[in-house]
Amino acid sequence: MTLALYRIDDRLIHGQVVVGWGQPLNVSFIVLVDDEVRSSDWEQDLYRMGVPPSIEVRFASVEEAAQALPAWEADPRVGILLVADIDTAVALAERAPQVRRLNIGGVHHRTGRTERLRFVYLTDDEARKLRALAARGVDVTAQDVPTARPVPVGEFT
Amino acid sequence: MSDLHGVIVSHAAVAQALVSAVTVITGIEGALTPVSNEGCGTEALAERLSQAVGTGPAVLFVDLPGGSCLNTSLRYAKRHADIAIVTGVNLAMLLDFVFHRDATPEEAARRAVDAGSKAIRVTAA
Repeated sequence: MTLALYRIDDRLIHGQVVVGWGQPLNVSFIVLVDDEVRSSDWEQDLYRMGVPPSIEVRFASVEEAAQALPAWEADPRVGILLVADIDTAVALAERAPQVRRLNIGGVHHRTGRTERLRFVYLTDDEARKLRALAARGVDVTAQDVPTARPVPVGEFT
Repeated sequence: MSDLHGVIVSHAAVAQALVSAVTVITGIEGALTPVSNEGCGTEALAERLSQAVGTGPAVLFVDLPGGSCLNTSLRYAKRHADIAIVTGVNLAMLLDFVFHRDATPEEAARRAVDAGSKAIRVTAA
């Protein structure tokens, strides 16, 4: 089944991901792509907590992820790939043609960002980057949980 | 009664509801502060938690043993002394906690876990 979800979520691994998406997709592994988390054992321990032992958690830098994506996509199990922000998603998409879909799951308020959806706040620059990804053929939608409607990028950027 | 303070960190309105229930049952106010992760990214939740804890020792009661509430609490505890964290918060442990705040955060946390655990059981019909 490969990677069923490429998700941008600034909380990375949390309940919506593990339970909300993990249960219906029957997820067996989660790949967390983040250069900072990759270099911190403590952060990795933190994110491993709360993930049931039946789900494998892998950590990768953007570079490592770009190289490993073909293998992850060939994995017979179902996986979720997570990044924390738009820049990381863009960096990964630039290096890995496997990134054809992007789920915006949670990008929250910060100085300079304005509300686009209840769970999506973006700077104008971030909105522009998402539109550019979509223009290159990546299917970009916002959807916090599986039961919600996937909102196309044109409706919130 | 000491100043040991409890902060409940939860999804949605769980924390607020637990604080209300403790006040209704005991009449004790001000011992517990609710923090919800509703609409929060990592930074916003950290800011909410920081404001709720204020200064001084505290026990953080977190709803789940993983996820954004626990992540934020662990990060906070790493940077501040005199913070203990309990996961799986329930009403029974909070009721016990508000009457036993004359303790260190670690002592209060262990006691709360004990009280909370004892409340979980299958009852005879």
